[in-house]
Amino acid sequence: MSARRSGADRVYDGALALCAACVPVLLAVVAWELARGGWPAFARFGAGFLTRDAWDPVRQSFAVAPALVGTLVTALLALALATPLALGVAVYSAELAPPRVRTALVLAVDLLAAVPGVVYGLWGLHVLVPALRAHVMPALRDDLGLGRTPFFAGPLYGPSILAAALVLAVMIVPFIAAVAREVLRAVPAAQREAAFALGATRWEAAVQVVVPYAASGIFGGVMLGLGRALGETIAVALVVGGAHGFSASLLAPGYTLAALVANEFGEASDDLHLSALMAAAAALFAVTLVVNAVARWLVGRVGREADA
Amino acid sequence: MSDPGDEVDELPAGGSSTRPAADPRPGVPGVPGASGGDAEGVRSAAGRPGGAGGSVVATEVAASASRLQRLAADRAGRRARRRQRRARRMTALTALAAAVTVLPLVSILLFLVVRGLAALGPTLAPTGSAVTPAAGTAAGFGGAVAGSLVLLAIACGLGLPVGLGAGLWLAERRGRRRAALVRYLADVLLGVPSIVFGIVAWQLLVRPVGHFSAWAGGVALAAMIVPLVARTADDVLAQVPTALTEAALALGYPRWRTALGVVLRAALPGVVTGALVAVARVAGETAPLLFTAFGNQFWSVHPGRPIAALPLRIYTSALSGSPAQRAQGYAGALVLVAGVAVFGLVARRATRDRLTPATRLGAGPLTRPPDERHGGVPLA
Repeated sequence: MSARRSGADRVYDGALALCAACVPVLLAVVAWELARGGWPAFARFGAGFLTRDAWDPVRQSFAVAPALVGTLVTALLALALATPLALGVAVYSAELAPPRVRTALVLAVDLLAAVPGVVYGLWGLHVLVPALRAHVMPALRDDLGLGRTPFFAGPLYGPSILAAALVLAVMIVPFIAAVAREVLRAVPAAQREAAFALGATRWEAAVQVVVPYAASGIFGGVMLGLGRALGETIAVALVVGGAHGFSASLLAPGYTLAALVANEFGEASDDLHLSALMAAAAALFAVTLVVNAVARWLVGRVGREADA
Repeated sequence: MSDPGDEVDELPAGGSSTRPAADPRPGVPGVPGASGGDAEGVRSAAGRPGGAGGSVVATEVAASASRLQRLAADRAGRRARRRQRRARRMTALTALAAAVTVLPLVSILLFLVVRGLAALGPTLAPTGSAVTPAAGTAAGFGGAVAGSLVLLAIACGLGLPVGLGAGLWLAERRGRRRAALVRYLADVLLGVPSIVFGIVAWQLLVRPVGHFSAWAGGVALAAMIVPLVARTADDVLAQVPTALTEAALALGYPRWRTALGVVLRAALPGVVTGALVAVARVAGETAPLLFTAFGNQFWSVHPGRPIAALPLRIYTSALSGSPAQRAQGYAGALVLVAGVAVFGLVARRATRDRLTPATRLGAGPLTRPPDERHGGVPLA
């Protein structure tokens, strides 16, 4: 009896261990295949692949520095735009809003967070980009006089680094806001009540008690938003413009690593081109890996300190 | 507005200006209104007016004390009003942020409804079935919906059991070093850009075979489902009270039956939500399918051949110059968003607060659950 039982348990344990092993194996396979696929390009171009500006399939010359910079610039710009807005929404919907508004807002934000990237891309391409080209970009460049700086100079195409950053910001605001709101809501009610009992207004309680209590989780949410912005492919591919080469201007079309891979992988004809795209994917993988690893580590650390 | 803050605002008369700014130590929140000593001092001065004897000095002390008190009360009142004004101002500011955030949603929904509804009628019908669409005409996206369902079926068939198994494994070994490592790796896997899975699936399943297939697309999606489901299951299973497991074990249940029949059953709503969230998330993914499922203009549900998918069709239609195909893309996007929204609502209904913060969004839990939530499944 007991022998049979332990036998069944052993089968059960084995099956679970197999499933659990899939997680590290998947990660290892992804890393290995990217390294294998990208190796010819890395071997040929070395570190210059990441630092030089030369993407020319015809001349068999590949380097992704502009796309790498484009990835970082769009993601960080999106994060800079999205974070204050998202935190405002989170604090409002978790702490300040009247119950009815709160319910509606939570629903709207969750719905926004669930909208697929391709739909954001479609909207960006057909609504946001024309509006940018017709109204926002001329205003930025000419009316505000920012065109005198290199960052807002040049002709107005519409699809651009700025458009990509804006679409990304629109995408990650609800994501960060939803995560932050859930974290805020998880703060024990006693914290709030103690603040009220000491005479704090709702705003003071929210900002001086609840937000610091939830800081590590909120920070984690922001970093996850950054990870999303770095890795988003389709929405960016539709609005970024797809231009190789550096440009200081945010109004100029550019590229991100993910968009580069998505646009060119299907038409890459020779092995070196394919390998270069794989290497670009590997670079993207490495960037997101570092961001996520650092974020989780920081969140874990802050969480531990808060517990202590 | 019923604002508890407003009512209690007057309590710490005076001294609130000495309230320390947000406490620098994390986790030890700065306590606002830690009332300073000056009000206390005024009150005690007024309370003990010079001791015995109704002398002139005593009355003068009492008078000046009450003057001081009034002054302090005045100042405190002004301060309280200022703080309330500030609270109202900041509340309005955050409400404005909410309005700005919801603005794109309104714009997107209007865009989809106005352009999509018009195209929905003629294109939703499962035309395109077996008929060769002429170039540039709308083929109907019935085939794309069917293709998406096939891809999701493959992804769920592979990803859900593995993810659930990994989640059970993680929950059973909570607090162990190896489990912590696997949990961390699952979190890392959650952060991998979706296009990377597409590339790897292409390298492994399309390149050697020589043609695109639904299998490759389904596997790429399954790789995204596994960590999502594993982390949510892990998270929900850990919330099942240990007493339940102990009772089952005490009754002589083997461990596997305890885990599957008692613990998993208790956590089922949360586990189901995790699965729904995961499916809704990958249902909208385009990037992993670009070079695996590839898309198909024709009606096909054959898993060994290239297959259409709704997100893919939306993507190609967005790039298309033909108005008919574009219209189809709008309609497809409307259907996709509606589908994902319905899925999300169902998931929300099913759980409420069963999942910890970020898991509901498919982001994975942000912090490790506190230690007292240990348990769930018998530790091996």
